[in-house]
Amino acid sequence: MRVDYYLYLSAVLFTIGAVGVLVRRNAIVVFMCIELMLNAVNLSLVTFARMDGNLDGQIIAFFVMVVAAAEVVIGLAIIMSIFRSRRSASVDNANLLKY
Amino acid sequence: MSDFHSPSIAYTALAPMLCIGAAAIVGVLIDAFVPRALRWSAQIAAALLGLVGALIAVAVLAGTHTVTADTALSIDGPTLFLQGTIAVLGIGSVLLVADRSPALDGGAFAAQAASTPGSADERAGIQAGRIQTEVFPLLMFAVLGMMIFPASNDLLVLFVSLEVLSLPLYLLCGLARRRRLLSQEAAVKYFLLGAFSSAFFLYGLALLYGYAGTVSLSGIQAATLTGQHNDTLLFLGLGLLSVGMLFKIGAAPFHNWVPDVYHGAPTPITAFMASATKVAAFGALLRVFYVSFAGLGWEWRPAAWGVAILTMVVGSLFAVTQTDVKRMLAYSSVAHAGFILVGVIALNRSGLSGSLFYLLTYSLTTVGAFGVLTLVRDPDGEATHLSRWAGLGRRSPVIGSVFALFLLALAGIPLTSGFTGKFAVFSAGVSGGATPLVIVGVITSAIAAFFYIRVIVMMFFAEPVADGPIVATPGGATAASIAMAVAVTIVLGVFPQPILDMANHAAPFYH
Repeated sequence: MRVDYYLYLSAVLFTIGAVGVLVRRNAIVVFMCIELMLNAVNLSLVTFARMDGNLDGQIIAFFVMVVAAAEVVIGLAIIMSIFRSRRSASVDNANLLKY
Repeated sequence: MSDFHSPSIAYTALAPMLCIGAAAIVGVLIDAFVPRALRWSAQIAAALLGLVGALIAVAVLAGTHTVTADTALSIDGPTLFLQGTIAVLGIGSVLLVADRSPALDGGAFAAQAASTPGSADERAGIQAGRIQTEVFPLLMFAVLGMMIFPASNDLLVLFVSLEVLSLPLYLLCGLARRRRLLSQEAAVKYFLLGAFSSAFFLYGLALLYGYAGTVSLSGIQAATLTGQHNDTLLFLGLGLLSVGMLFKIGAAPFHNWVPDVYHGAPTPITAFMASATKVAAFGALLRVFYVSFAGLGWEWRPAAWGVAILTMVVGSLFAVTQTDVKRMLAYSSVAHAGFILVGVIALNRSGLSGSLFYLLTYSLTTVGAFGVLTLVRDPDGEATHLSRWAGLGRRSPVIGSVFALFLLALAGIPLTSGFTGKFAVFSAGVSGGATPLVIVGVITSAIAAFFYIRVIVMMFFAEPVADGPIVATPGGATAASIAMAVAVTIVLGVFPQPILDMANHAAPFYH
């Protein structure tokens, strides 16, 4: 079985995530798209580990999951605090800082 | 499956990082267990002890060359130089953060970050004089990440330390006491864009892992020398990795977050971000390009030229149009990132030592300049609009002259540290075959000098505004931080040779 199809799948998932970050308005959804990008990377890492026959990629995927979990904690805290003061999580409404 | 061998770790060589890590953890414990009345002073003591300890450890370790923790960390000249710089910047920033003297009206940080802006809860907290001290452990964790970042000798450690330094900074941006909506907005922007860029960094890591079968920088270098691997993976990976790092140093076209985040964040934190983050990120960028990809210079240098030119031009031109001092300094930091990139692109020994020296001079001047910003105040906080600064130098000559000195140093006028730094980087650029880049650098420096001098002219030769801002008498901590920056700016301008020699001896990377 060819494993390189997983690399293409991961590139597609990464692109969907990146496009989502650019076009979606809700901060929570933007954040979910970033998580999708990280998980697409995990898929690549595991596939490369399989192709090379070494375990490094799988171990790195664990590190990525831990970092992603930490990022969720920080990110939701920040989005919660701005939602409470504005009653909105839209990234378009946050427009005080410009030029 | 082979047996597991635990890696040997040279703990003495890691002493600077261990000091900072210990101080951060002690800070968390202080927040949990020490009575409220003692917390603030205990936190300051722990943070400063950790930073001074790290600085001493760096001084003791000077001259060490070792790769430890199974090739994950490289403790060599550039690492120690940058770690020393970051420790000094940490001390300067902690002093700015720590100043809660009455003249500064309760300091720069929210009484309680969790309370909604404008709510009764918030007013009650301010009236009760409540104060949270989480800012110190967060700051120390960020310093820890910055210490590991330039020392990382493989891409995984690079990624983890990038996150360790970024995550606390996202939170610190949102902690301002006044103009809290602006501050929270800065935190959201920084977080979403920062996480976005680290996803790119990570995809670059994965592709380079696929290319070389390893994530260690030396392993990738070895793979590029054989030329028997898939070049598509190499160049895609290198490009994506660079996006992540160029974002952190604030190079164009990845600089859009810089002015907004620097503007919205509490000023002591802006001082810390503008200086220490840049030092750490440039350290990592230098190591990656000098160790792993030096042999591919012909391939990546054209793109790097484009980024450097764009960064210098965008930074200088947009700074001219700013009407807010804080945003002007933010764009000037973008321009400076471009100047340092000239040193990176030189790709020779003097390029490395010139960049190290430039980072030291630029970052300390920046801490001082933002420190002065905390002192010029209106009734509702800091007065950062440029028109409010008119005649400031006449009404308080000392602060006016100090700020003028910092601006001259940032402009690169002789007899200030900025001139020595620029000279070191640009001469390295010429010797590295990047003469056109240096010419662009000199022209943009001239444009940049225009807006720095404009502020000085405004401070000293314009009529003072009638209800102008008050210049607060600095508390001991802020005064110490600014005095340190003034001393370094003058000494490195008049008598730079010892530190230049130090940067020269630090030069080659060990891997």
